[in-house]
Amino acid sequence: MFKLESKNVDVFYGSSQALKNVNIEIQNNTVTALIGPSGCGKSTYLRLFNRMNDLIDGIKIDGQVLIDGQDIYAKGVNVDILRKRVGMVFQKPNPFPKTIFENVAYGLRVNGVKDENFIRERVETSIKQVVLWDEVKDKMKRSAFELSGGQQQRLCIARAMAIEPSIILMDEPTSALDPISTSKIEELIHELKSKFTIVIVTHNMQQAARVSDKTAFFYLGELVEYGETKQIFTNPKQEKTQNYITGRFG
Amino acid sequence: MLSSTVTSLTVLLIVVFLFKEGVGVFDKTAMEEGFVIAINKNNPVDKLSSEQIKNIYDQKIISWEEVGGKKDSIFLFRVDDISNFYTDEQIGENFEMLPYRLSSLVDSFPGVIAFFPEKYLDKNFKGKKLEADKVTLAEFFGGEEWFPTAHPSAQLGVKPLILGTLWVSLGAILLALPLALAAAIYMSEIAKERVRRIMKPLIELLAGIPSVVYGFFGLVVIVPLIQSTFGVAVGETGLAGSIILGIMALPTIITISEDAMRNTPRAMKEASLALGASKWQTIYRVVIPHSISGISAGAILGIGRAIGETMAVLMVTGNAAVIPHGILEPMRTIPATIAAELGEAPNGGLHYKALFALGCVLFIITLFLNLTVEFISNRKKAHKH
Ligand SMILES: Nc1ncnc2c1ncn2[C@@H]1O[C@H](COP(=O)(O)OP(=O)(O)OP(=O)(O)O)[C@@H](O)[C@H]1O
Ligand SMILES: [Mg+2]
Repeated sequence: MFKLESKNVDVFYGSSQALKNVNIEIQNNTVTALIGPSGCGKSTYLRLFNRMNDLIDGIKIDGQVLIDGQDIYAKGVNVDILRKRVGMVFQKPNPFPKTIFENVAYGLRVNGVKDENFIRERVETSIKQVVLWDEVKDKMKRSAFELSGGQQQRLCIARAMAIEPSIILMDEPTSALDPISTSKIEELIHELKSKFTIVIVTHNMQQAARVSDKTAFFYLGELVEYGETKQIFTNPKQEKTQNYITGRFG
Repeated sequence: MLSSTVTSLTVLLIVVFLFKEGVGVFDKTAMEEGFVIAINKNNPVDKLSSEQIKNIYDQKIISWEEVGGKKDSIFLFRVDDISNFYTDEQIGENFEMLPYRLSSLVDSFPGVIAFFPEKYLDKNFKGKKLEADKVTLAEFFGGEEWFPTAHPSAQLGVKPLILGTLWVSLGAILLALPLALAAAIYMSEIAKERVRRIMKPLIELLAGIPSVVYGFFGLVVIVPLIQSTFGVAVGETGLAGSIILGIMALPTIITISEDAMRNTPRAMKEASLALGASKWQTIYRVVIPHSISGISAGAILGIGRAIGETMAVLMVTGNAAVIPHGILEPMRTIPATIAAELGEAPNGGLHYKALFALGCVLFIITLFLNLTVEFISNRKKAHKH
């Protein structure tokens, strides 16, 4: 059984189609990169897995999206519970206007965790996992806005991990960051792979090549090619993929 | 540039005028002009405050002992009572003997206190004329009664009016805030764009209804409703004012809070939802904290509007200038007092100046509220970056 799976997925924003018949199967504990030119539907596809698209007026989703073999768009699925299993990191760091501690504790609190000791432990472990602990351990009570962009983004990853999801979705998590913060997050992705299934959208070809096991190339809402990252970058089967990764368009 | 200078200058002039007239009240005496109050020359009392004078004439004070004098009981004498003591001949056809008679009358009763026009004061008056004190700040803010046309001494205690204003406004905000918040949350977070586009102008329309119309509505609907619901004798109460003002403050609070809530970054709401928070948890834990300064600014501006509102309040609160003990009593607010009394106050007189002083008090209250809003929104900016 696959961890994540989409079967014949079509997505429409009103009358315009953003995804056309997308089929992908993703193994447990792997990193999958979604690449493609701007507007090709990467974010739309990524956001199918935590039903983030549900918030958009006039969206229509056909086909099946499965997590652990279960259709997450089936009737009776509790979206709030689903989202506890699927963490998400956004393009721009988006901490809450709360303290560093409360940012990471947020997911636990909204899920009804009351045990303060447990919360403190989980917050600390999560922040250590994203290698931020030494930088923030003395200012847990300060506003998260006082951190640098790179620190904020790592905090957001810690926040997503604190509720121990099994899947983490990342939408261009390093696009707003400097090279040093970027490489820290890439290292992190490597380490997290043993515990999580990660899907990452990126515009950075080297990044996709460095961090991912599999790569999916989207073009105009269609999945053009999906396969081993090494194969996609060294020996793509499709001409469009070849043109894109060599920078001839996109 | 020019127009803003002109505006500032005009506002400044108005404020200066308001305060110049208002402060003038402390240069006046509370005693009716052209009248004297006289007592027996052996009476050790030299001064009476306006409240004491009033209590003496209301016979709440009946012994000189209570105001620092001897054990004599007080004998109240008004000029009309003169015929009880002297015949018409003794007074004279044109009252030519009246000054002399008054003088000897005051001289012969040790406990007397006499109140009569200054023109009847004898040249060799044998009694003691009480010096009238100027109105003091303590009397103005500490006095418990507002009765500026009282004889012989006006009562200028603004406490009942300030308390009335605060009760009515506080009630208004307590009623309006939950409703306005609910409406703002509905419009910014729940309603579809189409619904919002219909609701928003409707709510703004509420702000455009003249306050007299609200007053009529209050008088015809709210007042009888309060009367029957709470079984009070009169429905014209502070609560009626609060309800009407609350309705009038709704558009301000809704519009400002809704704007603040809609300014919550989408990314922040998505972050919350992505962590498994429900829509309501997101509203309660992210949207409201993020827009709290906008909400408080809206609430304070709403109170500001309520505090300054005149017409509707005048129509429904019953306007009793007594210290209120609960929201179900008739009350009188500062603006309503000014509106109702200014027309009858002789220009430049004590009453007139006292109303201006009330205007100053109102101005200071609203200025304070506006500065609070300013402070809150500045702090918000500083907090963001
Ligand atoms: N909320 C929306 N309403 C209408 N159309 C949308 C919406 N979001 C995305 N689209 C459209 O769907 C298509 C795919 O958008 P999507 O955001 O998935 O692209 P993307 O591959 O993530 O692009 P980028 O690399 O620029 O982030 C685009 O044509 C876009 O205009
Ligand atoms: Mg995108």
